Amino acid sequence: MKRHLLEAADLDRDDATLVLDTAAQIDQALAGREVKKLPTLRGRTVVNLFYEDSTRTRISFELAAKRLSADVINFSAKGSSVSKGESLKDTALTLEAMGSDAVVVRHHMSGAPHRLAHWVRGSVVNAGDGTHEHPTQALLDAYTIRQRLGRLDGVRVTIVGDVLHSRVARSNVGLLHTLGAEVTLVAPPTLLPVGVGSWPAEVGYDLDAVLPKSDVVMMLRVQAERMNASFFPSAREYSRRYGLDAHRMGALPDDAIVMHPGPMNRGMEIAADVADSVRSTIVEQVANGVSVRMAVLYLLLGGSPQ
Amino acid sequence: MTTYLIKGVRPLGGDAADILVEDGRIAAIGESLSPAGADVVEAGGLVALPGLVDLHTHLREPGREDAETVETGSRAAALGGFTAVHAMANTDPVADTAGVVEQVWRLGQEAGLVDVVPVGAVTVGLKGERLAELGAMADSAARVRVFSDDGHCVADPALMRRALEYVKAFDGVVAQHAEEPRLTTGAQMHEGDRSARLGLTGWPAAAEEAIIARDVLLAEHVGARLHVCHVSTAGSVDILRWAKSRGVQVTAEVTPHHLLLTDACAESYDPVFKVNPPLRTDADVEALRAGLADGTIDAVGTDHAPHAVEDKESEWAQARPGMLGLEQALSVVIETMVEPGRLDWAGVADRMSVRPAAIGRLESHGRPIAVGEPANLLLVDPGHRAVVDPAALASRSRNSPYAGRELPGRVVATFLRGTPTVLDGKAVR
Repeated sequence: MKRHLLEAADLDRDDATLVLDTAAQIDQALAGREVKKLPTLRGRTVVNLFYEDSTRTRISFELAAKRLSADVINFSAKGSSVSKGESLKDTALTLEAMGSDAVVVRHHMSGAPHRLAHWVRGSVVNAGDGTHEHPTQALLDAYTIRQRLGRLDGVRVTIVGDVLHSRVARSNVGLLHTLGAEVTLVAPPTLLPVGVGSWPAEVGYDLDAVLPKSDVVMMLRVQAERMNASFFPSAREYSRRYGLDAHRMGALPDDAIVMHPGPMNRGMEIAADVADSVRSTIVEQVANGVSVRMAVLYLLLGGSPQ
Repeated sequence: MTTYLIKGVRPLGGDAADILVEDGRIAAIGESLSPAGADVVEAGGLVALPGLVDLHTHLREPGREDAETVETGSRAAALGGFTAVHAMANTDPVADTAGVVEQVWRLGQEAGLVDVVPVGAVTVGLKGERLAELGAMADSAARVRVFSDDGHCVADPALMRRALEYVKAFDGVVAQHAEEPRLTTGAQMHEGDRSARLGLTGWPAAAEEAIIARDVLLAEHVGARLHVCHVSTAGSVDILRWAKSRGVQVTAEVTPHHLLLTDACAESYDPVFKVNPPLRTDADVEALRAGLADGTIDAVGTDHAPHAVEDKESEWAQARPGMLGLEQALSVVIETMVEPGRLDWAGVADRMSVRPAAIGRLESHGRPIAVGEPANLLLVDPGHRAVVDPAALASRSRNSPYAGRELPGRVVATFLRGTPTVLDGKAVR
């Protein structure tokens, strides 16, 4: 493994499989235990550096580090030195001086974790940067698919929605391709980046044509502000053409699953009865997020094995 | 005034000769000149060119003297072989009145290292709303002839038309920063495969090309001169070629960095490579070199844009766009155009001195190397290669995209009206 996890491309197939296998071992080790805690990172310090509000991702990383017995510091941009104008570099040097072993960073600007990695000696884990990547989300998605379907090789994954602005999509395209899955992107053309043709994925505009050939459908969140910028005419039209409702779900193969990275817009990109159906993995994704993040921190920080 | 004898130099790369510089002018050119009392400059193996002229320099004074001053920028220019630079108007306060352009002009005179030629803003405060007092700037001591809102596009087509028309009265030219702002909201880098992967908002080539196409039509319609700043795309070169074939009075410049670097540099997320217009693709670089070689692109303009460390040592989107260029411009042209055989030394003189001087209506620059002409000269050692060290630059800023890169060409001496500003590769003062 590389020292940092900044993007899906930092993981080759062996590394990615190792993360998933390690997460599975952690799940087994903790299954049925009353005290869900391992001593592997005792004495190590993990900083959660969050420039963007993200309760679920921060809590997931926090829980992951705590279950490995690491000391966790939460540093949020609001109400801190950052809101007083401190630069990313100065914040990095401050954390460095305090002796952090890993920095988990969420940032609204693409590439910020790459910059941070230049300024700290410890490991940097990208917890989502702008519209670039969110590699641990892709890992937990891959873990969930493998858990449900028993494999990743040859699995047909369809990612639907705002690919243009989605770090989840970018990381998933990269990681799932690395792991042998076949990825198809479906979106209105306005929400696909110019240059998407160079990605290792098929691209289509017609959701109904792709669903019968999908083992996994991953619905992306559509931000309300996209509507004001003419990416599509209205929420209703988007929902009609690209939303997943019960009728559309019926076109999926029998054992296909429905995923969503959350938070969902019920009634927009995903209907409530789909989100709550047996095909939906949305709650499992959250649980798996903790295990996968434990695996990442464990492998990057090289904690002593149990 | 000291008399200089430049011995054994190759004017425009031709046969070796001696050049006698006296009273600010070229007094004699010949073999084995030996006038009494002249300081000898040994120039065997060096090429003599007319002093370079930059149509596009940001000197940051007044307003951001921590990034550059007229004096430090002038020194950087002299070290790059320039004898005249056009100082862009986006200072603080903006150079949109006779008072500000005269201040910049006077600071240039005081520094005395190059002729600092102020550019006047087209619109008040660069806001693109109403014309600045263009005539007052033209009539001022600074004698402004080039007008630009550089950094901002004069996006309103009616206002652009009026600006093009109005400056005809004093033989001025509007230098357009071609960027349709509605197509570049939040843009961070060239829109293409790499921006898609990096998750950085794209700056489409069409945003530049649409404005150039519009403006050449306007220039043709009103019979005015148009200059296009920092052309960066293959499509722009095509439009310019078409416009010139129709007889439109349009000229254009390309920056050194657009001749050498591509959007691959953005993969580091290092904002030293963030610039506006952004670095483009290999195909664009090739089209720009071809356009400069065949004269579709008239000039090299550095877009020298100094920035303080804190404005670059940050997240990509947070950083200010722009990069240094004056001290490496000739080296980049040698690397990309001369060494591959696409431009000879006469061509370099044409694109870096003669044509930019003509566009800016500078009478004493861009002149032939001939007896009686003003002694604005540079001597370059084209074979000398060195690694660029930002700490060694004369600019007050350090944001060189060429840091760590080996480039050919060392400016050994620069003469401004017969007075050396650079000797032995060092600034005289």
